[in-house]
Amino acid sequence: MNTVVLRSRGGLSVRLRPRALAVGAACVLVAAVVAVVTIGSGDYPMSPADVVRTLLGGGAPADTFIVEQVRLPRVLTALAAGGALGFSGAAFQTLARNPLGSPDLLGFTQGAAGGALIVITVIGGGVVATAVGAVTGGVITGAVIQLLAWRDGLHGRRLVLVGIGVAAILTGINGYLLTRANIPDAARAVLWLTGTLDGRGWGDLAPVLTATAVVVPAVLLGRAREARILEMGDDAATALGVRVRGTRLALLASAVLLSALAAAATGPVAFVALTAPQLARRLTREPGPNLLPSLCMGAALLVTADLAAQRLVPGHQVPVGVVTGVLGGTYLIRLLATERRTGRL
Amino acid sequence: MSITKSPAPSAAPLPAAPPARGRRSARRAGPPAALLLLLAVLAASLAIGARRYSLGEVWHGLLDPDAPAYTVVRRTRLPRTLLGLLAGTALGLAGGVMQALTRNPLADPGLLGINAGAAAAVVTAITFLGIGSVSGYVWFAFAGAGAVAVLVWAVGGGRAATPERLALAGAAVNAALFAYVYAVELLDTASLDRMRFWTVGSLATARLPTIAGIAPFVAAGVLLTAALARPLNALALGDDAARGLGARPAWTRAGALVAVTLLCGAATAACGPIVFVGLMVPHLVRALTGPDLRRLLPYCAVLAPVTLLAADVLGRVLGRPAEIQVGIVTAVAGGPVFLAVVRRA
Repeated sequence: MNTVVLRSRGGLSVRLRPRALAVGAACVLVAAVVAVVTIGSGDYPMSPADVVRTLLGGGAPADTFIVEQVRLPRVLTALAAGGALGFSGAAFQTLARNPLGSPDLLGFTQGAAGGALIVITVIGGGVVATAVGAVTGGVITGAVIQLLAWRDGLHGRRLVLVGIGVAAILTGINGYLLTRANIPDAARAVLWLTGTLDGRGWGDLAPVLTATAVVVPAVLLGRAREARILEMGDDAATALGVRVRGTRLALLASAVLLSALAAAATGPVAFVALTAPQLARRLTREPGPNLLPSLCMGAALLVTADLAAQRLVPGHQVPVGVVTGVLGGTYLIRLLATERRTGRL
Repeated sequence: MSITKSPAPSAAPLPAAPPARGRRSARRAGPPAALLLLLAVLAASLAIGARRYSLGEVWHGLLDPDAPAYTVVRRTRLPRTLLGLLAGTALGLAGGVMQALTRNPLADPGLLGINAGAAAAVVTAITFLGIGSVSGYVWFAFAGAGAVAVLVWAVGGGRAATPERLALAGAAVNAALFAYVYAVELLDTASLDRMRFWTVGSLATARLPTIAGIAPFVAAGVLLTAALARPLNALALGDDAARGLGARPAWTRAGALVAVTLLCGAATAACGPIVFVGLMVPHLVRALTGPDLRRLLPYCAVLAPVTLLAADVLGRVLGRPAEIQVGIVTAVAGGPVFLAVVRRA
């Protein structure tokens, strides 16, 4: 593997992997281009040049209003939530040691959904309360799964099975909450459950962006190397000096927090957390969690899916979760088939 | 086939002589006890609900068109109870066959996505093809259930499947299919209103034509399962030994797949996707009977409807004055059983 190591005199060193950096940069570029196109499209079309000029602060007043108040927060929410989902998916897949170990399948998303549903159908709160409910539900579910799966440490196999069981229970509870609601609430809840970016403003963006900005560098600087070695198995990792339990806990906590906040901002958008790390891994051709490339890939995926969701059916805004659900489901089947052939699943 | 004529494999190697007598008397007491339990639950299902009747009133309500309880007992609760009986038998047998076929203690028609496959096909038939009757869309349910059964079996690794591989493959298929179901429900609010009750699994909408529509298929599935008990027993010893005993593994597997498809498809078409009944009941029964399917499956056929109807009655009592759908009760009650199995494994 091509690796460049930069060392300072003080003993600090940074390992750079050119291919992974290139993949990350390419994803950022794609995300930026799609973001500009998305901002420029809609009932009030703008040329990409106008969009860029407006973003840099030199646009016409009408353009500035549309961009700053309506379209920019939506695109930024897509980027931040997609990045958070990609990162947490990569962390979960490392923890579960299985390419299917994503928060969608292991109950964390269902927990966040349950919290939000309680707020929507029982308490009747607004957007902010829904987000708070989602984070609370996701974090509580994460703690419960971790408690149930813990025996002499956190093992991938038990994490997977316990997560699936908890997901099934929560699906039942969520269904109950849906049947109890009156029709407008139920429609709002199903829309939220599918995942949508319609009408997202600066207030939706702030929590997920802040958390991503704090958590991601902390994990990357503190635990990224140990997470890489973790994929060799617990015994080998311990022998190589990795603090196995601490690293697993750090990965789990950050992944739960980020996936819950992403769900709070957009609803549980399906399959981004599952797909982004897999695509990133294939492109970087690197073993290991690929945390940063996954984050960039997740951001690019979600913003692209949102553009498709806005344009796909003329005159209709499809929720972005439908697009990722259909695309992700198709990719999932392909993934299952190929991974089985190589025996990695 | 000589091996299948010997006593249950679990009983054979045990040298313990003294408990043998107790076990034999327990064997003799088992079938009447199970049938009594079924009768009790049937009576409870007819008597308990938003309005409670004494057993005498139920009896008159069943037979006498002028009795005050006639409308409720005969028109509403009788179809509901019969449907619970049919669907419970179907799900219990399907779970028992699947656990034997996959040699996997975690196999369940709900957990492995087979019910979701049937549900997605039925939702498609209702929404896009305008098919409204059970006898019309039951065929779609079979197609969906069969397709998912084959898919999960292939993706989970076929004969090399491990419990967590199979469970993950099922969870993935479940997630994809439910994303689709939610997306369809979002398209039009009227179908959301009808289907949100069906999607969680409910006996409440049972009518006699529905029951008549699925009864032949359940009967066919039960007969096929009865014929498969011996060959499946032989298959538990491995393919080579089974062939030596005169069983044909490929035919047995295909037959079991058809049986599971018939049972799950019929049950799901009538009452929506119900999870965990097919997991819980064979597990509890195995503790009584040991792994011999010729004893296990009849108990499943009786005790699974007991479980389903008890869950239904519980939902009526707990949710008063409304009710909690039976699929929700089984998910919440069966989840802990699943987690206990996982943690013991």
